[in-house]
Amino acid sequence: MSIVVLDNVKKSFGAVKVLHGVSFSVAKGQVMALIGASGSGKSTALRCIDRLEQIDSGRIEVCGHQVADPGLDLRKLRLDVGMVFQSYNLFPHLTIEQNIMLGPVSVKRIPRPEAKGIAAEVLAKVGLADKVTAYPEQLSGGQQQRAAIARSLAMQPKVMLFDEVTSALDPKLTGEVLRVIEELARTGMTMIMVTHEMNFARRIADKIVFMHEGKVHEQGGPEILTAPATPELRDFVSNEL
Amino acid sequence: MILDFTPILARWQMLMDGAWLTIQLAVATTLTGFLLGTLCAVARRSQFRLAAAVAGTYVEAIRNTPFLVQIFLVYFGLSSLGLSLSAVTVAIIALTINVGAYTAEIMRAGFDSIHKGQWEAAETLGLSKVQQYWHVALRPAMERVYPSLSSQFILLMLASSVTSQISTEELTAAANFIQSATYRPFETYLVIALIYVALSLAMRVVFWAISMVIFPRRRRLGTNL
Ligand SMILES: Nc1ncnc2c1ncn2[C@@H]1O[C@H](COP(=O)(O)OP(=O)(O)OP(=O)(O)O)[C@@H](O)[C@H]1O
Ligand SMILES: [Mg+2]
Repeated sequence: MSIVVLDNVKKSFGAVKVLHGVSFSVAKGQVMALIGASGSGKSTALRCIDRLEQIDSGRIEVCGHQVADPGLDLRKLRLDVGMVFQSYNLFPHLTIEQNIMLGPVSVKRIPRPEAKGIAAEVLAKVGLADKVTAYPEQLSGGQQQRAAIARSLAMQPKVMLFDEVTSALDPKLTGEVLRVIEELARTGMTMIMVTHEMNFARRIADKIVFMHEGKVHEQGGPEILTAPATPELRDFVSNEL
Repeated sequence: MILDFTPILARWQMLMDGAWLTIQLAVATTLTGFLLGTLCAVARRSQFRLAAAVAGTYVEAIRNTPFLVQIFLVYFGLSSLGLSLSAVTVAIIALTINVGAYTAEIMRAGFDSIHKGQWEAAETLGLSKVQQYWHVALRPAMERVYPSLSSQFILLMLASSVTSQISTEELTAAANFIQSATYRPFETYLVIALIYVALSLAMRVVFWAISMVIFPRRRRLGTNL
């Protein structure tokens, strides 16, 4: 059963055509890695899934929501989808706990004591149980990114989207964030991750989608990374490694 | 020149009453002006063209006319509508309208300084536009523009002096009365100048104290956003 379906999705910014008919689907519990060269439209595709961008044509269905429908209740879509960004985007004036409680309390209307419990739970999951009262700027990049993942997890989404969440981190910090994501994958979370970490993608992804010039150029299991069918993917993989 | 302050100090009570009204005007219109200004900043940034245009027109109209003229327009405008309001009420309305426009520009700059990623993170959590402003943007925006904001409200307190023109009995009006009764204009205005300085300094202290309460991150870490 597919949780996310993109069907011939097209998207331009002004005169710049970015997505030229993108189609792929992700099943429940599946981990999909979205790869491709810079500018191939990976971020744009991801942002369209959460309606941060509206598509020009085609169809996107996420957890039963018709995402392109102008009448869509965005709040309901966002309750089902979590998103983590390259630049963390924690709220700097709130403590880590307040960052995490904001969604549950003001969007889901969960009582504060209960939301506090949820915050403690997700922080433990990402290994930040001792950072409850810290402010984002007091954390390292890797810790901030794990806190951002916890913030997203606290909303109990059905799908999580990751957009190059380790690109701003050095190798050591990258490792600690990837371990958290790997653990999430093991618990059966459905995930789409844009990543340049080819080894990581090969290890944990059930499905690889390679984008090239605004289109899905090749897709398949993790084995396509070692045995690419198209010259473009072969070039891309050899450049990345 | 011989300075003689005794006839002025003999009317100390009148000066104190005037200063007290000045303080009340400043406090009341700081609150109303901040509310109006922030709402206008939000309106100017909104995708509702009409709201943005109305707020923009208001801000530009106020910033391009003298405050004294604005007071007279409010004063005579309301009375020609048949509303007979007290001088203090008219003063509060005029001061609010005036400072609201300047505050709108300051808060707009504050909201504009909030990084796109912050809005998107709030958006993906499912927060409504109002919640995004309230929980995510308002305090960081205020923290960044706080020096301009507090200076603006101190200017507002000083500008309340002009409301003596519609016989609001604040500090300057008290001085106007005392100098005509004592024939000691220089001494009179020197005394109230000092009182205004004291009020300005007191406001700086109050704004600092408020910042300690509303910006706990800054209090704890001492860093800029
Ligand atoms: N808001 C926008 N306005 C105009 N052009 C945009 C916008 N967002 C993206 N683009 C353009 O769309 C193209 C694809 O961008 P996108 O960010 O989706 O690529 P990407 O595959 O994520 O690349 P990267 O690996 O560098 O993150 C680029 O040429 C980019 O300049
Ligand atoms: Mg990108």
